[in-house]
Amino acid sequence: MNPAGASFMKAPGAAQGLAVRDVAVSFGGIHALRGVSMTAPAGKITAVIGPNGAGKTSLFNTISGFYKPDAGCVFLGGVDITATPVHARAGLGLARTFQNVALFRGLSVLENIKLGGHHLMRAGPLAALFGMPAARREELALRAEVESRVIDFLELDNVRHKPVEALSYGLQKRVELARGLAMRPSVLLLDEPVAGMNREETEDMARFILDVQEEWGVTVVLVEHDMGMVMDISHHVAVLNFGELIAQGTPAQVARDPQVVKAYLGGDTADAQTVAVA
Amino acid sequence: MTDFYILAEFTLLGLLASGISALLALSFVLVYKGTHVVNFAAGEVMMLGAYLYYTAAVALRMPPAIALPLALVGIALAGVAIEALVLRPLAGQPTIAILMATIGLASLLHGGVEIIWGQDPLEVPALLPRFPVNWGEVMIPGAAIGNFVVASLLIAALVAFFRFSRAGIAMRATASDPVTAATLGVDIRASQRMTWILSGVTGTVAGALIAGSGSVSPALAATALSVLAVVILGGLDSVAGAILASLIVGVLESLTVGYVGGKMRDVFPYLVVLAMLIVRPYGLLGTREIERL
Repeated sequence: MNPAGASFMKAPGAAQGLAVRDVAVSFGGIHALRGVSMTAPAGKITAVIGPNGAGKTSLFNTISGFYKPDAGCVFLGGVDITATPVHARAGLGLARTFQNVALFRGLSVLENIKLGGHHLMRAGPLAALFGMPAARREELALRAEVESRVIDFLELDNVRHKPVEALSYGLQKRVELARGLAMRPSVLLLDEPVAGMNREETEDMARFILDVQEEWGVTVVLVEHDMGMVMDISHHVAVLNFGELIAQGTPAQVARDPQVVKAYLGGDTADAQTVAVA
Repeated sequence: MTDFYILAEFTLLGLLASGISALLALSFVLVYKGTHVVNFAAGEVMMLGAYLYYTAAVALRMPPAIALPLALVGIALAGVAIEALVLRPLAGQPTIAILMATIGLASLLHGGVEIIWGQDPLEVPALLPRFPVNWGEVMIPGAAIGNFVVASLLIAALVAFFRFSRAGIAMRATASDPVTAATLGVDIRASQRMTWILSGVTGTVAGALIAGSGSVSPALAATALSVLAVVILGGLDSVAGAILASLIVGVLESLTVGYVGGKMRDVFPYLVVLAMLIVRPYGLLGTREIERL
């Protein structure tokens, strides 16, 4: 086997844990995050929940590197990546999807997914421009990898050559997940993976997320409003409210937490209520 | 000469001339598509490229086959410098500020070229051999055919690069959604730098071809102004549109010269462009901007 191909054939990146410590982010006078510390255990599914405006997306953007925190650190597998630029985090095993489907229109499903493997390619743009053999081998290896491991796995074989804009919303979200997997991530961030989906699409997506975690051993961190899904598939839940972490633990612990109940239902914490686990 | 041959000759001449204007249009479109900068200095970059070719060929006495690559390396470095010194510090500023900066860059390049090389036209060795081609009563200058072939090859290479290569697809990804592209590990800065390099290279090949069919002078930059009409007709962000519009305008110009007279050359095609834009304001193949509220 050629050396260029070898890097794609190795086992998926070993799961790494993700942690943020004392992260603070503010825009002007608005504090989006105030000293948030949380962990996402390696190889498990962690959900970040909270009411609208609680800082979930700010937290995701800080982990991705789009926001530089005013204070605090982000750790990937124990390594401080706070100062690492966005594109370099891909190489460290961090992948994410977006709340609004962020696929490239005008490109096919396969092309979109292959873009996920971009950071794995070592041939420079000039080598690619002149079609150097090494660059070509890399391309072929990536394609084979994407075909066998990602497209079949997510049941996208029938649509691989379709332009992404021709797909249903649910399928587009699945292509975005596929693109994330093509990055061979150790940590996969999913920003509202089932937002706007119907029941059936949501169940499909939940099943795929579980499969990804089980078969690829990837650490999954997701932001989601669908409480039913969150409670069903997560191992670990972190709850944000007004930019602060108010609870984290197993879904059952979090659902009983008085502060969480208060954040979601308003009401008095004295009542022994639990958040509806629909 | 029969009517048919007149029509054939001028149509052919127009088609052949459109190759170079397609290159110029692409030099403009690449930057707009890749970085959303309306580059009013595209003509000056092309002119600078033509002067670099002149310098390599005449002052350094290189044969054309070496002089052109040297000029391309030079313009690539200039592209990197422009991106780093002019555009990078302005990232995130209002479009109008960036546009003004490119106009400033244009006059800077213009002045610089006049200081170094002077205002007088300089004789440039032909890039391609000169020979006339006869087909019945139709006579086509060989340089026109040669220019068209070179332009077509370069355009085909560019299209293939963007269509099939990972680097090209990464550049398209950067153009359509830089935020997502960055998350996928695409180095946005490198992509944008590459955009300026490719734009400069495309313009320089066009400039060297034009100069090689005659001479080079600072007035060469003004050629790009007429190409602006082509670019707008094709759609600012469409490579295919730029090529199609070049063909349309090229043939219209040539037919105008043949049937109406040389003086109308700079008027008639643009009337047609204007009329088309009334029907399709975003150009033939441009993206219709959809503002999300």
